[in-house]
Amino acid sequence: MRKRILGVVALSAVLVAGAGGLTACGSSDSGSDSKTITYWASNQGSSIQNDKDVLGPELKKFTKQTGIKVKLQVIGWNDLLNKITTATTSGQGPDVVNIGNTWSASLQATGAFVDFDKSHMDTIGGQDKFLATSMSSTGAAGKTPTSVPLYGLSYGLFYNKKMFADAGIKNPPSSWQELVTDAKKLTKPGGKQYGITLAGASYTENAHFAFIFGQQQGGNFFDKSGKPTFDTPQNVKAVQQYTDLISKDKVATPASAEHTTTNDAVEDFTSGKAAMLLGQNNTNTGIEANGMKASDYAVAPIPMLSPLPAGGKKINSHVAGINIAAFKGGNETGAMKFIKFMTSAKEQVILDKAFNALPVTSEAAKDPAFQTPENKMFVDVLANTAAPMPMITDESQFETTVGNAMKDLIAQAATGKSVSAADVKKSLGDAQQKMQSGG
Amino acid sequence: MTATDSAVRDGRRAGKGSDRTPRRRRVAQHRWLPYLLLAPAIIFELLVHVIPMLTGIGISFLKLNQFFLRNWLEAPFAGLSNYHYAIDVNGSIGKALIWSFVVTIGFTILVVGISWVLGMFAAVMLQRSFRGRALLRTIFLIPYALPVYAGVIVWKFMLSRDNGMVNHLLAQLHITDGHTFWLIGNNAFASIVVVAVWRLWPFALLTLMAGMQSLPTDVYEAAAVDGAGMWQQFRKLTLPMLRGINQVLILVLFLWTFNDFNVPYTLFSASIPKSADLISIHVYQSSFQNFNFGLGSAMSVLLLLFLLVVTGVYLLFTSRRSRRA
Amino acid sequence: MRESTSFKVIRVVGLTLLTLFTLAPLYVMIVSGLKPLSDVQGAFSWIPSHLTVQPFVDIWHTIPLARYFSNSVIVSLSAALFSVLIAIFASYAVSRWNFRGKQVFRITVLSTQMFPGILFLLPLYLIFVNIGQATGFALQGSRVGLIITYLTFSLPFSIWMLVGYFDTIPRGLDEAAKVDGAGPMRTLWSVVIPAAKPGIVAVGIYSFMTAWGETLFASVMTNDSSKTLAIGLREYSTQISVYWNQVMAASLVVSVPVVVGFLLLQRYLVQGLTAGAVK
Repeated sequence: MRKRILGVVALSAVLVAGAGGLTACGSSDSGSDSKTITYWASNQGSSIQNDKDVLGPELKKFTKQTGIKVKLQVIGWNDLLNKITTATTSGQGPDVVNIGNTWSASLQATGAFVDFDKSHMDTIGGQDKFLATSMSSTGAAGKTPTSVPLYGLSYGLFYNKKMFADAGIKNPPSSWQELVTDAKKLTKPGGKQYGITLAGASYTENAHFAFIFGQQQGGNFFDKSGKPTFDTPQNVKAVQQYTDLISKDKVATPASAEHTTTNDAVEDFTSGKAAMLLGQNNTNTGIEANGMKASDYAVAPIPMLSPLPAGGKKINSHVAGINIAAFKGGNETGAMKFIKFMTSAKEQVILDKAFNALPVTSEAAKDPAFQTPENKMFVDVLANTAAPMPMITDESQFETTVGNAMKDLIAQAATGKSVSAADVKKSLGDAQQKMQSGG
Repeated sequence: MTATDSAVRDGRRAGKGSDRTPRRRRVAQHRWLPYLLLAPAIIFELLVHVIPMLTGIGISFLKLNQFFLRNWLEAPFAGLSNYHYAIDVNGSIGKALIWSFVVTIGFTILVVGISWVLGMFAAVMLQRSFRGRALLRTIFLIPYALPVYAGVIVWKFMLSRDNGMVNHLLAQLHITDGHTFWLIGNNAFASIVVVAVWRLWPFALLTLMAGMQSLPTDVYEAAAVDGAGMWQQFRKLTLPMLRGINQVLILVLFLWTFNDFNVPYTLFSASIPKSADLISIHVYQSSFQNFNFGLGSAMSVLLLLFLLVVTGVYLLFTSRRSRRA
Repeated sequence: MRESTSFKVIRVVGLTLLTLFTLAPLYVMIVSGLKPLSDVQGAFSWIPSHLTVQPFVDIWHTIPLARYFSNSVIVSLSAALFSVLIAIFASYAVSRWNFRGKQVFRITVLSTQMFPGILFLLPLYLIFVNIGQATGFALQGSRVGLIITYLTFSLPFSIWMLVGYFDTIPRGLDEAAKVDGAGPMRTLWSVVIPAAKPGIVAVGIYSFMTAWGETLFASVMTNDSSKTLAIGLREYSTQISVYWNQVMAASLVVSVPVVVGFLLLQRYLVQGLTAGAVK
């Protein structure tokens, strides 16, 4: 008996020691000295490992240049916001972190990030090195940014060349109306082939398109004072412009309604179920990871309503992308050096090529790598016809309320109930009430 | 020789050589012993559950959003306004919360009920030895052995409209046309019930099997001699003898299912369909996605109160009944 | 013992249906793990058009599966072991002594089972960070922190269940041991624990599985080196693509040791039969 007790005790001791021993090397989220920084990178590549493979050699270069070691953690999108939030409460975060640029105003409000005031901006090479549109998505208007652009992204229309040719369509659609007509031509009875595919259950994607089409319709989701104005006629039309693809026109794959991520929609596109796909430029990676050849598809700007309704703006993408920020209280000097390095023209070219992203500095944008017709198009959209998502502290609430309302409408459409303007107005009204009382 | 036999003898042998402690010291030592035995449990419960919980309740009275996250101790006092939002039936937040609550109740009752029935059925069927029993027992426990993510993601894969196995099978059997949506609309509720039962019932089985194994076999033999059928034996013997274990099992299944986060989150990500809008995700969205920790905490506290009441009534009811019996 | 024909029919039919229900997802898992990615993304087929073991090779490179797996095993085993030990002590006290505060303890412990995780995730995180800052012993992001959290998650149920099991063990056995001069601790080790073995094993499995599958706390409280499988597996689904075949293959691979563990523990569950016969 005693032997057995001893055994249990010994086993516990071993387990504790094992676990404890590993805390030593695993616990250094913070507490970095001046010679190390911790970096939380977002997942940009085809896998977390791919991100590490791409970033690894670059981080080595940085260490060689500055003597500062970088401890890298690549964090999936599922966990990134939660981790940043919890790190914020405790004041113990990494030194440098990637954020989705639509979060920048919300996270700016927490006061956890270092301000990019004049002196910090100068340290990293001056605000002017960044593209103006990319800079527009770094924090609330009139406030000192707390993040700077790292990877640029914008929306485009991906289309299957062969399916277009088979349907006798020569050029990508030049207006939204034409897109719908083309999509009808491309939709075959029997459910084998559809004109387009959407990530209809993704609240973020839905919110993006509500915003983009809202701009075209001349609508605004917030008034000047920042109050939500979700159920204006323009916004109702904007949402319908999107939901009609599945409801009235029935040109989107029905499964669109259950796609929770863009990569689900990509599967529809690469497997030949859908001829078109609305996606950001890094969608390339996914399409090719699924085995579709670069020569089989092409990209065009997402066509706009023609003519634009009164007050409508020529917007066909939001300023998408990833920003980089530094946590207060860590190795701020090291962090600034690192951000300077990551946003330098040389690194921009290397990283953007590897991640299928767009450069966020004008110098890097000149690199021949971004002069291919496809990249030029995306850069052009980002520079000229993209608007930042509302830069308000409650942006994430806007995305969850409006995006989820649209998800329910799309689900309703896909399961056979038609979606009327009144339905849209009602659910946008509910969303607005939620947003207002969310306080 | 059984484990107990040898254990008793073990104890006897060890007892012989040991010195007798003076009686008084022993009594004193024994008065403290239960507290000593409880100490580790109390310490860990305080650290991980009780103290954070009290903090959480405190947060529910604060206006804790992104502006105060970093210095959350300085967040302004919100009084009962978070609670007001949460239960205001005329507001959309209150309405959505109540809807979510109703969905969760329905979900919980179905999942616990079905899981318990399946677990009980299988436990009774596996009570007597037959060829293949050990194999079946292991097979039934596999869903429970998979990490939740793995077990649920395969269901998500199976339930997808175009490429899923479920629609494929239903079409092959000519039950449907094979184009049913299982992950959106009202069917999503059925889907999540099935998936949750698939994950949960093995646990009911495990517990009931362990319970039944400690039931004396001679009582059954006597009952069989008296001519009691299988059903009667189950009703008159098995059920009453398992009452204590059932009481705890059902309660825990209930609490566990009610608060379950892993299954719905894996099956639907953050975009949960209205018909399956389970409360755990609902609260998660209010807190983490919308940066409204005060409101999220208030909702959680309300749920906690509800669960406390339900559990209290349940325990009162079941223990009184068992005392009478 | 006689078994009627109808009973046998019910048993065969019922158990067959349950087996199919249980195994269908496992079948899909195996088959999909053997398909190339493009096949998995197309319409479902019962039999792969061509078999490939590539997913089983790739899973180790796409994510550090081996590390996540060992983290999960260490965390879950430690959490289960300590949880069961602590629960045994506590249940023994509750089952065998009358002391002040007993009911308060029972009720409090049970009510912790009702705490919605989301309510105390942030506070717990803060407490761990503060302990780390005060003592230099980092709980946040470490496996020890996770072990402590998880062992507490399974404690309430374990204690309640074990009190139930211990209560069914006749006091006569305790008394016999006492007469033989055994102290309370010796009685626990040599009489109570052996008699409650099936219950203890069941509770141990429960504690292990609670830790094995938890995602919410793990997603926030771990870092690269302490990440567990439950959240690590999600990394097969990236922004770019869902590697369905690898998810399935990896799920399969990581479940094998657990299933084998269950098989081994079956023996103890069965042993309970003989122990029960003594009563």
